[in-house]
Amino acid sequence: MSVATVELKAAPRTRARRDWLSTPVLIGAVIVALLALAALLAPLIAPYKPNDVDFLNPVAPPSWAHPMGTDDAGRDVFSRSLYGLRLDLAIVLLVTYVPLPIGVLLGAISGSFGGKTDAMISRVADVMLAFPFFVLVIAIIAIVGPGLKGVLIGVPLAGWALYTRLSRSEMLVLREQPFMLATTALGYTRARSILRHAVPNLMRTALIYSTLDMVVNLLLLASLSYLGLGKQPPGAELGTIIAGGQPYLLSAWWISTLPGLILVLFGVGVGLIGDGLSDGRLRGRS
Amino acid sequence: MARYLLHRLALGIVVLFGLMVATFLIVHLVPGDPIRQALGGRASPDQVAAIRHNVGLDDPLPVQFWDYLKNALSGNFGTSFVQNASVGELVGHRIAPSAILIGYGMFVAIAIGVPLAILAAVRPNGVTDHSVRLVATLSFAMPLFWLGLVLALVFGLKLGWFPVSGYESGVGGVMRTLTLPAFTLGLALTVVVVRVLRSSLLEVLQTDYIDAARARGFSERRIVGKHALRNAVMPTITILAINVGFLIGNTVVVEAIFRIPGLGSLLVEGVQRSDYQLVQGLVLLAGATVVLASLFADLLQAFIDPRVRLAGR
Repeated sequence: MSVATVELKAAPRTRARRDWLSTPVLIGAVIVALLALAALLAPLIAPYKPNDVDFLNPVAPPSWAHPMGTDDAGRDVFSRSLYGLRLDLAIVLLVTYVPLPIGVLLGAISGSFGGKTDAMISRVADVMLAFPFFVLVIAIIAIVGPGLKGVLIGVPLAGWALYTRLSRSEMLVLREQPFMLATTALGYTRARSILRHAVPNLMRTALIYSTLDMVVNLLLLASLSYLGLGKQPPGAELGTIIAGGQPYLLSAWWISTLPGLILVLFGVGVGLIGDGLSDGRLRGRS
Repeated sequence: MARYLLHRLALGIVVLFGLMVATFLIVHLVPGDPIRQALGGRASPDQVAAIRHNVGLDDPLPVQFWDYLKNALSGNFGTSFVQNASVGELVGHRIAPSAILIGYGMFVAIAIGVPLAILAAVRPNGVTDHSVRLVATLSFAMPLFWLGLVLALVFGLKLGWFPVSGYESGVGGVMRTLTLPAFTLGLALTVVVVRVLRSSLLEVLQTDYIDAARARGFSERRIVGKHALRNAVMPTITILAINVGFLIGNTVVVEAIFRIPGLGSLLVEGVQRSDYQLVQGLVLLAGATVVLASLFADLLQAFIDPRVRLAGR
């Protein structure tokens, strides 16, 4: 590592760390950690199995036996929501973090090489970004059939493009930085200077952005299930649970509303982390 | 100026071409035979072969793509075998509710977002600023279909102000049936407008020319409304154009919640009934709308702000 890098990084570090652990970030982290833990331990925490039926208590309001009530089939909404969140989070992690490194790398190459390589990568990314994301995923579901497969293929297929655009524009600035110029002066190969020196820097922005991307993907997944194109009932997924409760909105508000609150809570938590991190970063910069 | 326009136009055409290729692939990536799938068990192998020949599905791929391109450019988007009607016709019947809904949603976002952004920017860290930020965080995390359901529950079922499903044409009918959907659609965008406009206003308000305007004793209303807003509005136009795709996607969900017979519900029907030609046409339409919207925004920007077109040289 060159001297310039050490100097560049050493100065803002102490200040960045203080901003980093701001109150919103902490609150967000606690919310996300609790929900993630609940999802992870769903089989231990949930009082019932997701498809267990309480014949005697269909459409029962929240009580000690059923903290979030039961649905029209007498299934425990709390247990179903926990299992639903578990499934949702697993898929969202996968579809957010698989395309991320690919997108960042393509952006780094695009910004570093310029010329024809840049034009080609950028145009393909433009086409991907020109599709309304949601419509594109629906189109892919049309091809592979309704179910989670469409989400698993469709989201990563389109997801990389945003990271590419983000990293490309950052790479254009980065490649003029002294430490990047130094990698050329020191005779490092292009691959080494991109992979070892540029990508770690690009990753920071991409990871901050990815927190927001996660929420977008979570909502996308739930929306698709709501439309009947994602997880198929009776599978427990937050979107299908909410859709299933829609006919009972007036008589049994808890079936749709409470699982929806879980989604909102998770989104708020992640949003607080993302906002806090990018605020701290921007402050650290100026 | 002309050079910038040409450059931007050429980019748009390249992206549109890419869209054509991608949508063309939809029908051809379907495992098995799309005609057979569309017709189900109803058709004999001979009939399937005859239809395949008629629509040119047995031609080589490049020939098929050329036909697809030619037809699309002349306004022919193929035939839906499931519904036995031309895709153009099906779209024509259902486009009005969706177009009005998107326009209405954008109007809601601008009408609520711009005043809030100004209030938040004039008093940073004031009450409005903080509440706006809170609502922004909340609405970002709120699933659209959940928000729609809550609005339907409160304003439709409990208060009875609006019907919770269906669509009526005419000004009165649109106000009745599309107001709740438009607010559902518009709220997420409102937040985007507030955030972007607030931050660009804050930036502009710190510049020298605003100090100069203050020094000349102009009223605060005139400074913000006339001098600052004009320079700060650019990123908002861009962000609105970028979000056309987001709006189109959300329209699909909103139309499902409120059972509006628009293009979004047509798309979902198409997917459920394996109507690949219909899906292809709708996806192309959605993509082309986004490309044209961003082209339009860029041109508008170049028209308003001379710095943009100079930078394009």
